[in-house]
Amino acid sequence: MQVPVEKKLEMLRSMMLTRAFEDTLQELCQIQGKIPGMMILCTGQEAVGSGVCAALEPNDFIISNHRSHSHLLAKGADPKALMAEIFGKRTGCNKGKSGTLHLSVPEVNAPCTTTVVGGGLPISVGVAFAQKYRKEKRVTVCLFGDGAADEGSFHEALNLASLWQLPVVFVCENNLYAGAQRYEEHTRVKSIAERAAGYPMPGAVVDGNDALKVYAATLQARDHAAGGRGPTLIECKTYRCRGHGETDPQHYQPKEEIALWKERCPIPRLQTELLSDGILSSEEIHRMEEAMREAVQEAVRFAEESPWPAIEEAFDDVYVTNS
Amino acid sequence: MQQLGMGQAVQQALREEMNRDPNVFLAGEGIGVSIHFNPYLPTHGLLDEFGPDRVKDTPVSEQAIAGLAVGASVAGLRPVVEIMFNPFFTLASDMIVNHAAKLRYLSGGKSTFPMVVRIKTGAGFGAGCQHSHNLEAWVAHCPGLKVVMPSTPADAKGLLKSAIRDDNPVVFIEDMMLYFAPGPVPEEEFLIPLGKADVKREGEHVTVVTWSKMVGVALKAAAQLEEEGIHVEVVDLRTLVPLDKETILASVRRTGRLVVLHEATRTGGFAGEVCAVVTEEAFSTLKAPFRRVTGPDIPVPVSPPLERFYIPDEEKLKAAIREIL
Repeated sequence: MQVPVEKKLEMLRSMMLTRAFEDTLQELCQIQGKIPGMMILCTGQEAVGSGVCAALEPNDFIISNHRSHSHLLAKGADPKALMAEIFGKRTGCNKGKSGTLHLSVPEVNAPCTTTVVGGGLPISVGVAFAQKYRKEKRVTVCLFGDGAADEGSFHEALNLASLWQLPVVFVCENNLYAGAQRYEEHTRVKSIAERAAGYPMPGAVVDGNDALKVYAATLQARDHAAGGRGPTLIECKTYRCRGHGETDPQHYQPKEEIALWKERCPIPRLQTELLSDGILSSEEIHRMEEAMREAVQEAVRFAEESPWPAIEEAFDDVYVTNS
Repeated sequence: MQQLGMGQAVQQALREEMNRDPNVFLAGEGIGVSIHFNPYLPTHGLLDEFGPDRVKDTPVSEQAIAGLAVGASVAGLRPVVEIMFNPFFTLASDMIVNHAAKLRYLSGGKSTFPMVVRIKTGAGFGAGCQHSHNLEAWVAHCPGLKVVMPSTPADAKGLLKSAIRDDNPVVFIEDMMLYFAPGPVPEEEFLIPLGKADVKREGEHVTVVTWSKMVGVALKAAAQLEEEGIHVEVVDLRTLVPLDKETILASVRRTGRLVVLHEATRTGGFAGEVCAVVTEEAFSTLKAPFRRVTGPDIPVPVSPPLERFYIPDEEKLKAAIREIL
């Protein structure tokens, strides 16, 4: 399919923004006391979030997981509000309650990032149910990893979404590792997408390091869902270049494997295509990199200068109090 | 005044709220077409009345049912979903405990989850421990959830209507033994606020704090003790979360004596919380140590004499009251 130039540029921008954002986080999380909690990065997997979100309308919902930065930035989340949240500051998008792992950005219809593996799937079914109930032409995308496909929630969600023909797109970001388990060690099915046949719904395997392919597959699944024809399962084959989290020494991942996949990095891949098509010059790409770095530095400054939440704010937002 | 069983009162509440708000829908196992065809049951007839778009029979998928509610509520609907029996709450619990209860907090107050999870509970029908297991203390232990356990048809109706209109996730636990006993329910529309206990009987000698089916046990015991000149005050919590501490404390400050009665097992039961609140905040007014009357720390057995032994009754309650008088 012909991908419009503005979509290609949108995907490249969001991938480059995510990379700059996470490269900075990678440095910051090494500094003692700077970032609370864990740090889980998607370096090398950016094409999934960027390709998926480029295919969506602003009104569509996404439900994300612990490796969420690329999904949220591609959906349009404000890097400053995300960075402040990751720092645990009051100005963060969730007032410091979420941190990096549970980021929630309802403003861009990304209301839930769950760290419970597979937890997003039943919720995405609920959001899609609401869309169908109100006869909207909107869809919900649920992004999850290959490990989530081993959870009961995956099967319950796909079964119900199929039974009720709900407008949901299940996107498995298969990065070949679930924690320290390589794909073959946690399931015998050759590809997660094969499981689509069991529900039944269309299943597609795409190169998860090619943003354009992810975009095309998502667009097709979105049309299918919005047209009332029910869910699709898309498996994006990619690779976890970094550890599960930043403290993971990756001793169980072969070095040659990591090196091989770094060669397949989705960002230079799209840049090369845009260069050879004459859409962008090297100079323009360089300027984009600079702009992304500046945006991230501004986000870090904002986070650094923001106040901590006051202790009494710990009690805010447990309940809706005017109810 | 109309006389309804609690199941019918729940049914009226569901019907009225569905008529009032098109965003209210129902989902659960066998809530439309049921293996039980009985007009006393809560969702009987609602499928015919509202159709399959709003009364959704689901597969046997408790996690999907609860997740449906979480997702649909954050997207603006007001789901009322049913978990068939309290022990199956374990299957739905990730969606309720880790998601419904926490996602508003995690959003920094930006998202709301106006959902109700109705759960059927209670021992007494010989179904055994995987169908009978009162887990209200588990749920009450999760900040972000409200927990309601009505004791009368009228309370069930008024509380459920409030629960459906509440913007928080509410776990609404119905004891099935109450479905069939008729009680008065006002004809006109009414709401009962969550978080308000109800003094079901006044008395100055001892306070019995209880909820759900055990309110009936407490009232029977109170009537019997009345003949001996012992005046029992029965405080029906109605909602465990938010807990109406004021009503409990005011009663205990008057009587100086406390017995907490629940069907759930003893260790880690909600009676411990009520006793702790009273001990912390009104210790000096206690004239005697508190007592708990609860199910014993065993799974609910099937054999009729054993199941009867499991469920607290008037005799056990009266004995506990006499101990501290």
